[in-house]
Amino acid sequence: MSEPKLHLSRDSLLKLLHQMVRVRRFEEKCDELYQSEKIRGFMHLAIGEEAICTGVMAALSPDDAVVATYREHGHALVRGVPATAIMAEMFGKLEGCSHGRGGSMHLFSAEHRFFGGYAIVGGGLPLAAGLALADRMRGERRVTACFFGEGAAAEGEFHETMNLAVLWNLPVLFVCENNLYAMGTRLELSESEPDIHGKAQSYRMHSEVVDGMDVVATNAAAMRAVTRIRNGGGPSFIECRTYRFRAHSMFDPQLYRTKAEVEEWKKRDPIPRLSGWMDSTGLLRPGDLASIEQSVEAEISDAVAFAEVGRWEPVEQLTKDVYAESAA
Amino acid sequence: MSASPIQISYREACRAGIRDALQRDQRVFLMGEDVGRYGGCYGVSKGLLEEFGAERIRDTPLSESGFTGVGIGAAMNGMRPIVEIMTVNFSLLALDQIVNNAATIRHMSGGQFGVPLVIRMATGAGRQLAAQHSHSLEGIYAHIPGLKVLTPATLEDARGMLWTALEDPDPVLIFEHVMLYNMSGSLAADAGPVSIDKAILRREGKDVSLITYGGSLHKAVEAAGQLSQQGIECDVVDLRALRPLDESTILSSVRKTRRAVIIDEGWRTGSISAEISARITENALWSLDAPVARVCSAEVPIPYPRHLEEAALPQTATIVTAARQVLS
Repeated sequence: MSEPKLHLSRDSLLKLLHQMVRVRRFEEKCDELYQSEKIRGFMHLAIGEEAICTGVMAALSPDDAVVATYREHGHALVRGVPATAIMAEMFGKLEGCSHGRGGSMHLFSAEHRFFGGYAIVGGGLPLAAGLALADRMRGERRVTACFFGEGAAAEGEFHETMNLAVLWNLPVLFVCENNLYAMGTRLELSESEPDIHGKAQSYRMHSEVVDGMDVVATNAAAMRAVTRIRNGGGPSFIECRTYRFRAHSMFDPQLYRTKAEVEEWKKRDPIPRLSGWMDSTGLLRPGDLASIEQSVEAEISDAVAFAEVGRWEPVEQLTKDVYAESAA
Repeated sequence: MSASPIQISYREACRAGIRDALQRDQRVFLMGEDVGRYGGCYGVSKGLLEEFGAERIRDTPLSESGFTGVGIGAAMNGMRPIVEIMTVNFSLLALDQIVNNAATIRHMSGGQFGVPLVIRMATGAGRQLAAQHSHSLEGIYAHIPGLKVLTPATLEDARGMLWTALEDPDPVLIFEHVMLYNMSGSLAADAGPVSIDKAILRREGKDVSLITYGGSLHKAVEAAGQLSQQGIECDVVDLRALRPLDESTILSSVRKTRRAVIIDEGWRTGSISAEISARITENALWSLDAPVARVCSAEVPIPYPRHLEEAALPQTATIVTAARQVLS
């Protein structure tokens, strides 16, 4: 590991491992369910990128807020939104975490202060700054974590938000998941300056780069940033260098990259990387992995069963939740 | 018990509404370009910075999308922001936040999150500000489910709509016509919140319904006065809100007069006037004695020279002519 935190306990490492395996297996199941047309629409898998949501969420408190993108199954899961409610949402069922109205790209949970998955690239950034402004104006010591891909750096809203967040000293943790491709366009082909974290720095924001395939390093960076932010240090930026092993969405033949490149990145898969390191340091015991896999398998199978028996919202309720009940 | 009336301008009435909201509710704050030190592009917020301080009267960078998104996030997190956008033309830079976020979040989240945000902006022509500061695009926003669109045309509404809008759990857009800011008149000293869901008859007559809103209301009232001298009595319907549209007031007026002229400073094609015309023909066709007529802006970006600008807009004379035509 690039930054081994030897003080990390076996328990906490096992938790990180467990979360990453949960996210991986959940998304693999989603892939399968997409093939069988249980899940429809656009669906974006983050397989390969699990270390980021796992590492960052572990640095947050339940009181903090999370804003995510359309590639957010893992973020919702690790944040604590039940797999059952997420899977039901993928199916479009009433029992889903957005009552079926959002689908894969728009997971929400007020209970978990999960302020949603946003599918317009860059669109979640100003909103996250607003959540943080409200906290700051009330004197709350909360942090808002805002996840986005490196493609967002090409959007005006990215720059507007960097500027505002520093100008107003807003408690936001910006987490850039740099997987090198904005859909199919490689970073160097869309950015005159491909160093994303430097862009944040140019707004005088505290900013660092981390190996996003290393959950411990990502977690450590997030803890540092969250501590800074909570102590009034203003917004922080973490650029996590990562890679998605799967296609952009379910309709992507991946003409823009080579199989060799994908294979090369798979050697850095964050799950075996953590388990292998734990093994080599004696922190992993025989049966640990099997027991994680077993509990994850049971959880996912429950989630699928829950989604299967979920109800379709009556068509009579079509125009519900356009306006608040009392209004309209 | 009503206090004695005071002399006040529309601009001052808007300011009184904002001041009232800031005093009533600590969650309310105002932000926008030059709302603080400059006093607002149209002078609406002059003096508020001195009275309420920089935390609650926030000058923003020229980042319409950024600060509108910040308003959305702050609203989702318990605040009651008033976002001022200088003119409706500039609001197009925030269209993503308004249409893709503010209008959708309640629905996408299955009713878990609302956006109790108010966005105020200037609209309309008449000040020779040419084609990038003069348009009437409120009809575009009235197209969007999830938004409410208000067009205060009177001192009472300029003073009273804001508080009601802030109490609304959903995003409300308030359009202030630039030609109204200097309009002066008397207003009850204790004027307060007003309804935002009902159209109001500003004049009653049996022969023809003049249906309008915002800056065109006063031209319609003037036209009704001239027509009255010619023996033609008009209902003047002030829509007040373009979304939701108060269909019942429109239809009951038209059923009474059997003739309708819609006056809209927006362009005719795809406009709110087209929507109103359609609703009348859908619901009251057999009550009509003449086809519905419309007086709209000419299909041209608003030109700079005074004579061309005047020719491009609905005017009292064109309203009189249109009303006489539906009666001939």
